[in-house]
Amino acid sequence: MSTDISVTTPVRAARSAAQVESPARKRHRLSGHRRMVLALRVAIFVVLIGGWELCARAGIVDPFFFGEPSKIVSQLQTWVQHGTEAGSVWEQILVTLEEAVLGFIIGVVLGVVCGITLGRVPLLADIFAPYIKVMNSIPRIVLGSIFILWLGLGLSSKVALAVVLVFFAVFFNAFQGAREVDRNLVANARILGASRRQVTRHVVLPSAMTWIIASMHVAFGFALIGAIVGEFLGAQKGLGLLISQAQGTFNADGVFAAMVIIAIVALAAEALITLLERRLLSWRPPAASSAADVL
Amino acid sequence: MNPGGETSGGPITPAIELIGVSKRFRSPDGSIFTALADVDLTVERGQFCAVVGPSGCGKSTTLTLVSGLEPASEGTVKVHGREVKAIGEDVGFVFQSDALMPWKSVLDNVSAGPIFRGAPKREAHERAREWLRRVGLSQFAEHHPHQLSGGMRKRVALAQSLINEPDILMMDEPFSALDVQTRSIMSNELLGLWEQSRPSVIFVTHDLEEAIALADRVVVMTAGPGTVKDVYDIDLPRPRQVPEIRFDPRFIELYEEIWNTLRDEVQRAYARTAGTPIAVAA
Repeated sequence: MSTDISVTTPVRAARSAAQVESPARKRHRLSGHRRMVLALRVAIFVVLIGGWELCARAGIVDPFFFGEPSKIVSQLQTWVQHGTEAGSVWEQILVTLEEAVLGFIIGVVLGVVCGITLGRVPLLADIFAPYIKVMNSIPRIVLGSIFILWLGLGLSSKVALAVVLVFFAVFFNAFQGAREVDRNLVANARILGASRRQVTRHVVLPSAMTWIIASMHVAFGFALIGAIVGEFLGAQKGLGLLISQAQGTFNADGVFAAMVIIAIVALAAEALITLLERRLLSWRPPAASSAADVL
Repeated sequence: MNPGGETSGGPITPAIELIGVSKRFRSPDGSIFTALADVDLTVERGQFCAVVGPSGCGKSTTLTLVSGLEPASEGTVKVHGREVKAIGEDVGFVFQSDALMPWKSVLDNVSAGPIFRGAPKREAHERAREWLRRVGLSQFAEHHPHQLSGGMRKRVALAQSLINEPDILMMDEPFSALDVQTRSIMSNELLGLWEQSRPSVIFVTHDLEEAIALADRVVVMTAGPGTVKDVYDIDLPRPRQVPEIRFDPRFIELYEEIWNTLRDEVQRAYARTAGTPIAVAA
């Protein structure tokens, strides 16, 4: 990496020819390495899944409890072709996605608004600090039961659980981000004539955005957890319901099949958030975001 | 430029007055730290005043008081004859470290002042482009700060401050992070820009050479708590060429005279924080 750093950090004001060609050269240099990494990744997949399949077939692990990759695939096929007990598989995915996305959006907005507000107004932060600590110390999953009592088996109880999970993840980062704003930047904006609100909009929010976006990667995972756990606890539709039905009929393959679907959904969401991150944080120097590119 | 400022107290009101000003801070462990003690300082309208002193003598604190960022603990700070109670409309401030908003393009950074003050975006951008032209950065309007060199970022910061047409300009070691050559070029450019609108300037530095080359008046401060030790009027003719002026015999005379005053303070400050070298030009 040390050679890469010297390439990316110099000021790019004067666009020398060397800098223009360096990314291409780097890619070329990396391609051999990259191919090897890819091959090893595939190898690990084959060994793990193949080993699982062989062990299950040879009876070394009991497929009744541990499932079988081939059966998981055929379970997925059945779901896609004939639907699930609760209806079409696409509908289940859509329901869970709807709950997670709604919970995510509401939770992020609430978390950012509350975090920035408390970060900007120390008095409020002082007043609410113990309450927030108490609420944060409650394992929030147990709130799911309350939400089902309050809001019923439909969409809203799952959204509420997702909101609670997402909120705290985003809130703490937004709060921290708002407090860690460079004091010089705030002073400069004030001298230039910014009102409190303008300081928040033009300085605090963009500065905290680095923190907020970082929390959003985790937060979407939380939103999915909230939706699925909510469905476990009581639902008429959704991926969580699929899992709990499969569990109820001792169908390990069904549980794993639902997990595969959830993983795909989560990865797709992660990719979208990374895209959003690139857009919102495009002002950052390239060196700072290189760690994110690796993963 | 400042119609409001002319009305009070007749035509000879100085631009900036500090009368018996002290500033104390409470440090995190509860003890009280005195940054400034009983400072008297006057800057006439259109005057370029440099404040030199050892590190940590409260030079920068003076600027935060005059600009209204912080209130004085004791004494009176007046700008154009009126006591400073909040951040003044006609104040500009160039900070030591980078204070550009990294998420805004150069153009948006420079136009931030007018936009904060309610100008329509188009007009603000027009004025910003004019200022970028003046500081020679027209082609870099769409760049982000991290894509510029240190000297270019300083030019953006200057344009960002000057676009508000301040009557009072605070500069807190603005060029200290630059290499020596860039620094003398930037100093020259600063004088050129200053001659155009002649704001009253307080320029804080610990580089005596820079202070004499730029200023009409050099104020020497004591090692903390800071007070004014001596004031020197610099009678070098303007316009000046910063890179060459240091060879002027009068410059050398002034330098020796002021350095004799400053040396004691620097040594005292050095003795107190022994081990940390002090970057006073010597």
